[in-house]
Amino acid sequence: MDQSIPVSVRGLTKQYGEIRAVDDVDLTVEAGDVFGYLGPNGAGKTTSMRMMLGLIRPTAGSVRVFGRDPQQSVSALEGVAGFVEAPRFYPYLDGRTNLRLLASLDGRDARSLVEEVLEVVELRDRGRDKVGGYSHGMRQRLGIAAALLRQPKLLMLDEPATGLDPAGMRDMRKLVRRLADDGMTVILSSHLMAEVEELCDRVAIIRTGKIVYEGRLDELRRAAGLSYTLRTTDDPKARSVLGSAAGIEAAADGPQGELRFHPEDESAVAGLSSALVESGMGIVELSPRSASLEDLFFDLTEGADAEASAARLDKGIEAVEGGQ
Amino acid sequence: MKRPSTLAVYRWEIRKLRSQKRTYLGLGAAVVVPLIFSTAVALQPGGPEDVPFGRYIQDTGLAIPLVMLLFGSIWLFPLITALVSGDIVAAEDQNGTLKTILTRSVERSQIYTAKALAAFSYAILAIVLTGATAVTSGIIVSGFNPVTSLSGQLIQPGEALGLVAVSHAVYLMPILAVASFALLLSTVTRNSAAAVVGTLMFSLLLQLITIVPGLEGLKPYLLSTQFNAWQGLLRSPADWDPIIRASWVCALYAIPSLLVGLTVFIRRDVTGG
Repeated sequence: MDQSIPVSVRGLTKQYGEIRAVDDVDLTVEAGDVFGYLGPNGAGKTTSMRMMLGLIRPTAGSVRVFGRDPQQSVSALEGVAGFVEAPRFYPYLDGRTNLRLLASLDGRDARSLVEEVLEVVELRDRGRDKVGGYSHGMRQRLGIAAALLRQPKLLMLDEPATGLDPAGMRDMRKLVRRLADDGMTVILSSHLMAEVEELCDRVAIIRTGKIVYEGRLDELRRAAGLSYTLRTTDDPKARSVLGSAAGIEAAADGPQGELRFHPEDESAVAGLSSALVESGMGIVELSPRSASLEDLFFDLTEGADAEASAARLDKGIEAVEGGQ
Repeated sequence: MKRPSTLAVYRWEIRKLRSQKRTYLGLGAAVVVPLIFSTAVALQPGGPEDVPFGRYIQDTGLAIPLVMLLFGSIWLFPLITALVSGDIVAAEDQNGTLKTILTRSVERSQIYTAKALAAFSYAILAIVLTGATAVTSGIIVSGFNPVTSLSGQLIQPGEALGLVAVSHAVYLMPILAVASFALLLSTVTRNSAAAVVGTLMFSLLLQLITIVPGLEGLKPYLLSTQFNAWQGLLRSPADWDPIIRASWVCALYAIPSLLVGLTVFIRRDVTGG
């Protein structure tokens, strides 16, 4: 197994009774990636990450972290750090003592390193306060500090900005960006699209335990192609015209009630506009728009059209790759 | 990154216990209860006639720790022991800190061993504190006088004090078996309250079995019976049979509990927190 690959997951499955929380997942995280792991709540992100950290035994499949199996021994996690869900500490100990405890469990007596990481996450002044009195944001930062104590090559962060205020989210992103710029490989599980778009270069999207997309973020956007927004004087009627128009697929309602659709090509858009006018409707808006990650995320993870969207995306990716 | 020694992990378990209120609740009870008992002896004439050494508590303070051992075996010492042993794994589950420590460079078996040793250390300290408090307060209340053995001979105070100390050491065997069982429940239930109450119920159930007609044959093999093994030392000559039996009966309760607990701890999925 290649020890240079930070994470390699093959056929990973976790079954809880009748429920398959993670279903035959394949993932590869390359060195230097800032890898976004996206999915709605309950999609299987945290369960997969727990398996990557050796906290949960897979029902089937394998996880290799730098070529080693974390189920066999914690030594497989050498060079790996992070947290799943919220980082947790002993509330009756102060922040500094919590970190010293964790450093000791890493076989270090690292007072100076503890001070260094407290400085990085800007908690040095609060190091003597009990963690029970920390705000959520401070605990998140202490979680990062605890991870940095291991001087990791791979950092796994599960929803690191959850519960933070806007300033806290900005600071957290800055910190992750800085660590990534220093050459650390980062896996960032999130459902915050802006965070992923800002930080990540590769993503995997998981839906009901299955990976529906894995690849570069820019490739995903290119493969999704253009969609169009349509507003008319009679949208319900326009919806039925869209349904019967040639070359139009995946019509859906947008977040503001507007209609959205993917045309096969520009002639399909021209045909649609003629059909709308012939039906007596006025066109208020018919405009092309690049798909945002949020659009793609919802396309791939929500509703009955999700599988069709995934198939369409696959075709798009093949076309993009064919054109290269 | 090198793997830490189990001793280093144990030291941190002790550090955690030192920072938790429930540790002081248990140790406080281990000190306060013998003080209350000695105060009651000072304020009231006579003593509990129906238990060994009960009739001598006004004559010698050295009888008081022995009577405490008898009374404490019903629920006090199992409860004090379970307060920490039943919590030590489950609390980490409930706080979500198990995932924090299991993703460091320490094996699960090391963590479990350190927790077991820390729970045992606490239980030993609780018994030592009870014994020391009962001896000190007993001597203040009833004097440092000879003890009448269960065979009727007088034992001089110096020798009796030594026998009281050894009796507490023998008493530790069933206490550590109770701690092992509590640790098992703590690991399996992942719930502190369930583990503490479950250990207490288990202890009381074993006491009840001894009075069920037809089950008398089980009595020598029940954990509750081993709490009386120390009485063999207070005979002339000393009767070692109950102590030898207590050693293997307690091991029969403790070792499987520890091994099953360890196996569950190593193999379990950590989903909490």
